[in-house]
Amino acid sequence: MKIVVLVKQVPDTWGQRALDLQTGRIDRVLGENVVDEINERALEVGLIQQDTMEAEVIVLTMGPGSASDAIKKSLAMGADSAIHINDDLLVGADYMRTAQTIAAALKSVPFDLLIAGDKSTDGGGGVIPAMVSEILGIPHLTHLDSVTIEASKVSGERSNNNGSVRAHATLPAVISVTERSAEPRYPTFRGIMKAKKKPVISENLSSISLDSVSPVSDNETTAVLTVEARAERIGGIKIIDEGDAGNKIAEFLALNRLI
Amino acid sequence: MTKILVLIELTTEGLLANTSKSLLIVAQSIGEPVAVVATSAALSNQVVSELGALGAGYVHVYAGESVLTELVSPCVSALDSALETHADAVVVLASNSIDSREAVARFAVRHNTGLLTDVVAVAKEDDVIVATHSVFGGIFTVRAQARTSMTVLTLRQGAIEGSVESRTPEVSTVAALASPTSAVIEEVIERASGPVGPDLATSRVVVAGGRGLGDQERFALVADLASALDGAVGASRAAVDAGFAPQSAQVGQTGTTVSPELYVALGISGAIQHRAGMQMSQTVVAINTDPSAPIFDVADFGVVGDVFKVVPQLLHALAKRQG
Repeated sequence: MKIVVLVKQVPDTWGQRALDLQTGRIDRVLGENVVDEINERALEVGLIQQDTMEAEVIVLTMGPGSASDAIKKSLAMGADSAIHINDDLLVGADYMRTAQTIAAALKSVPFDLLIAGDKSTDGGGGVIPAMVSEILGIPHLTHLDSVTIEASKVSGERSNNNGSVRAHATLPAVISVTERSAEPRYPTFRGIMKAKKKPVISENLSSISLDSVSPVSDNETTAVLTVEARAERIGGIKIIDEGDAGNKIAEFLALNRLI
Repeated sequence: MTKILVLIELTTEGLLANTSKSLLIVAQSIGEPVAVVATSAALSNQVVSELGALGAGYVHVYAGESVLTELVSPCVSALDSALETHADAVVVLASNSIDSREAVARFAVRHNTGLLTDVVAVAKEDDVIVATHSVFGGIFTVRAQARTSMTVLTLRQGAIEGSVESRTPEVSTVAALASPTSAVIEEVIERASGPVGPDLATSRVVVAGGRGLGDQERFALVADLASALDGAVGASRAAVDAGFAPQSAQVGQTGTTVSPELYVALGISGAIQHRAGMQMSQTVVAINTDPSAPIFDVADFGVVGDVFKVVPQLLHALAKRQG
């Protein structure tokens, strides 16, 4: 079985996170960049298969040169190889361009299962796995709290508004997992040493597999108009309770559309 | 007027989900709403008239057994068939819930349209649909637009105020077809009712209590307010250490980091480690007896007072407003 895991490098949520006020893109210089934790869980789901059945695990990332750190960590955790899509012409890709690029790269990797995190901690869109499945014309079984992978199908429990559903999909399929899915392993020293010898394929828009993908241009399906930063949080109104503070809070909440 | 396809969610009992009203209010502010509903059985007259009362001039029903067994795909097909009937629609609006978000994302791929998710406001500016996003817990506000002839939007869940104009909807019905590439639903597991509240990390409202609550028994006030606001219960480290709340409720550097739309701090002094876990919250309300408590430095609305006097009055006021 061939499993591809989508990995994304994101700004560490423990550091300061910001948007570039000109472009609306994530400021990747400010804080430390790390593998999104949810992707480590996605990778763990793949690695469990590698432990228990014949499975090859490939990580796929789309991002700048610094994303090679995310690849190194994934390989050290146990992935067999990696694909890194890195092209300045893809900077600022929106959902559509990102999904098209990932789907194009996957066409040259005949996989059985694609595993992603349910939602990144930076963009937080939670739509790329479903979009990739739509482009590839295969089922998506996303937002799984638990996953069971068999030779020809994948099943699991998905939480939604009304509770949850148990569902399955025949392979090849796209799944995404939640933070309840698996506890990621730590890279061992041996894993870190072995990672150095594992193959990493670099792809850009001149690669054969991506020749159908256009560079980011003024023709993106979406455009950012303005970006504004809120001033650093400072104290607002402070009142001393004179017997009516509860009512005043209710008024404040209603005024700010919070109830 | 511009038609807006609104993907309506139903509960497992076939009733309108509580996301419908906000969606229809927003849709009416930019055009004429077409309620699109995927349903396994015929849509009840009650649901149709409720949609009309909320301002839907048209209801497009996509009905069939496959709606029960296929994951997300029926909603994508429902939107496809609604677009065939209402070819002049220029906007698709859906809740940013997991199911609806994925449905419209797939629709956006099929029709190669711009997709903007988790928007907090939508406006029509010079005939352009402009979406507003609130990023990193409200620290940044981003306005964006689609550059395609259609715009697909998902709306952040939460109450939106606005007016609705009641209509008598024109109903169109299409029979659902099977989708060969869909994941298959085997079983629907209803969420157990009872003390299981929203998830602390993702809830749009968090009510957290500190040592100021006094003891475990009186800490129940936190849950009372959380339940009234449909929020999750959080706690400061001091409250967890004192045994008022479980470790899983801890907000802060060593607990969960939260960035809800509303964070209510009850009897929390606001040590820097606690603030690190909640300062991304969009709006902070704090109640504390100590006027110099650091929590007031990050509170949008602070009350120097006794939580046991202020919160019961607040609960009463909320109950009155919710009628």
